[in-house]
Amino acid sequence: MIKLENVNKWYGSYHALADINETVAKGEVVVVCGPSGSGKSTMIRTLNRLEAIQSGNIFIDGVDIHARSVSVNALRSRIGFVFQQFNLFPHLTVLQNCTLAPRRLRKLPAKEANDLAMSLLERVGLAHKAGAYPGELSGGQQQRVAIARALAMNPPVMLFDEPTSALDPEMVGEVLQAMKGLAKEGMTMVCVTHEMGFAREVADRVIFMDQGRVLERATPESFFLTPEHPRAQRFLSDIRSPMAGGGISLAS
Amino acid sequence: MNTFDLSVVLSGQYHEWLVSGFLLSIQLALITLVIALPLAIVLAVLRLAPYAPLRGISIIYVEAIRNVPLLAHMLFWYFGAPELLPAGIKAWIYQHNIEAVSAVIALVLYTAAYMAEDIRSGLRAIPKEQMEAGRTLGFGFISTMRLVILPQSLRVTVPPLISQTLNLWKNTSIAMVIGVAEMMYQAQQVESATFRGFESFAVTTAGYVSVSIVITLLSSWYQQRYPVRSA
Amino acid sequence: MLDIIQTYGLYYLIGQYPNGPLGGLLMTLILAASALVLAFPVGVVLALCRISPFAILRVPVTGMVYVLRGTPLLMVIFWAYFLLPTLTGQRTDQFGTMLVALVIFDGVYLAEIIRAGILGLPRGQMESSRSLGFSYLSTMLLVILPQAFRNMLPSLVNQFVSTIKETSLGYIISLSEVSFVASQISAQLPTKPIEIYALLGLTYFVMCFSLSRFAYWLEKHLAVRSAKV
Repeated sequence: MIKLENVNKWYGSYHALADINETVAKGEVVVVCGPSGSGKSTMIRTLNRLEAIQSGNIFIDGVDIHARSVSVNALRSRIGFVFQQFNLFPHLTVLQNCTLAPRRLRKLPAKEANDLAMSLLERVGLAHKAGAYPGELSGGQQQRVAIARALAMNPPVMLFDEPTSALDPEMVGEVLQAMKGLAKEGMTMVCVTHEMGFAREVADRVIFMDQGRVLERATPESFFLTPEHPRAQRFLSDIRSPMAGGGISLAS
Repeated sequence: MNTFDLSVVLSGQYHEWLVSGFLLSIQLALITLVIALPLAIVLAVLRLAPYAPLRGISIIYVEAIRNVPLLAHMLFWYFGAPELLPAGIKAWIYQHNIEAVSAVIALVLYTAAYMAEDIRSGLRAIPKEQMEAGRTLGFGFISTMRLVILPQSLRVTVPPLISQTLNLWKNTSIAMVIGVAEMMYQAQQVESATFRGFESFAVTTAGYVSVSIVITLLSSWYQQRYPVRSA
Repeated sequence: MLDIIQTYGLYYLIGQYPNGPLGGLLMTLILAASALVLAFPVGVVLALCRISPFAILRVPVTGMVYVLRGTPLLMVIFWAYFLLPTLTGQRTDQFGTMLVALVIFDGVYLAEIIRAGILGLPRGQMESSRSLGFSYLSTMLLVILPQAFRNMLPSLVNQFVSTIKETSLGYIISLSEVSFVASQISAQLPTKPIEIYALLGLTYFVMCFSLSRFAYWLEKHLAVRSAKV
């Protein structure tokens, strides 16, 4: 479904992505994790060309996404992307946020678009907020609308860039619920996330990145129980017990 | 008359006209600046005075002046105001370049109103604790303004003031309406005399734009050299 | 004062209409409103060029903006007065000349306001819209500009106030806007310049002051539906 071949990206002299070679099969749920600055967000953003690459190839559904014949807008309409900051359109209602693209890009008539949007909002549990504006919703609600908005274009693949990192802890669960529902229905998903519980429950594979490279790929069980790469081991222990090794001792 | 011929305006009598106009424009701007700036500081400080009537004077002044176009100001000071003067003074003024005097009065009052607002913003950018600190040490309102507030607000205030100077420079052109022989007036004169409007206006535009560029560069330099530092 | 208003009141307000062209205060308002309405699309186009990644659009427009902002409006009016008949092949009337000059001049100032409005929005808006598959221009029309417009409404009203004041320069090309009409009345009544020009000042004051207050009210009122970072 998705294939990255020898992908490299530089920001000036900083090597942001180094020799990335990965494949995601149809229906797979892949979680990408790693420390800050590891390049995981950059990598997922190259998949819908929000970031450019200097060398290598990316194939989605067999098509080279950088080919001249590929229209970037058409490509993006076939990929669902959910942002860390939700990025809903504040001047439109929740319903309008979801129907904008289907009506304008897929030329759906108003009634069909509205029905489609309402059914998606039902799925994420927000049908009762269809007439509200994003400013009136909590962070968790906004993110669920963002998921519905992305699904409205019926994409074969959904990308999530740290979807719960900007949320207060009590709202993380409702968003992860929505994402789990999607995974169960067989959606191909790539998620950059720190939510290890989600990864363990839903992911088929975990990819660990640091400094622009993929250091380890494994099934969730083997990754979380017996990580192989030393950097991965350190990362997991930092997450589990942030105060253990290397903290500042106040007693000295 | 269809060939573009700059020589008509680059030397000779018409050139002299344009140059004298340019110099007069610069003079108008400088004289106005020298008078308007202190007036603006007074107005800005008045606006922050502890006594309501003083504040009121400043507010009324600024609102009344800013909401009326400069052209109307010029017409008033040239056609209207002299009528208020007693006959003797009026005759004396008419002999002594009333056009330029009216123009400068209008420009000074207009520019001071805008500059006062910019200075006021600059003063408001300083936390009020600074005034409290000065007063606590025993300085009066004016002394605190002079020693503590105004020096700090300078950095914030200078770029908008330079911007107002740019507006002032462009506004001097309106003085032509009451017969002041500055650059725009002369451009008209040259055009009427030679029918070479394109050349005359092109050179005049260059005259205005060149000084504008200098002013804009001055602003960039100042902001580069003296960036705003907060406590 | 009262009899001046009685005799010349109508002339002051609407010019010689219907026995002649429209003039006076009504002319001022129509000129200012038309100029701003026409200048807005000009401003949008210029603003988009100013932020365009294509140098061929960005550089000439930036140069033009700098030149026009360093030129007095009066100069632009003279250029229009001089060039329009040559360009259109027919005599352009004063209203047309003034309108063209104002549209160009205000278009440039509006471009800066609009540019600030666009750049003030969070980057995520453009990114999420593009991620849905919308083109750059569609995003501008559907997502960015509607939000930017709401944010810049107070600045636009203030620009309208400036435009009203700018119409006074029509005096110089004998356009019958309110300043010119006032001077015509003054010519008929040579002993009363103070009353007449004071009335002129008061007219502008009432118009401009009320509009600035409206802009202030708008700014307070429009907090709700904007994107927060």
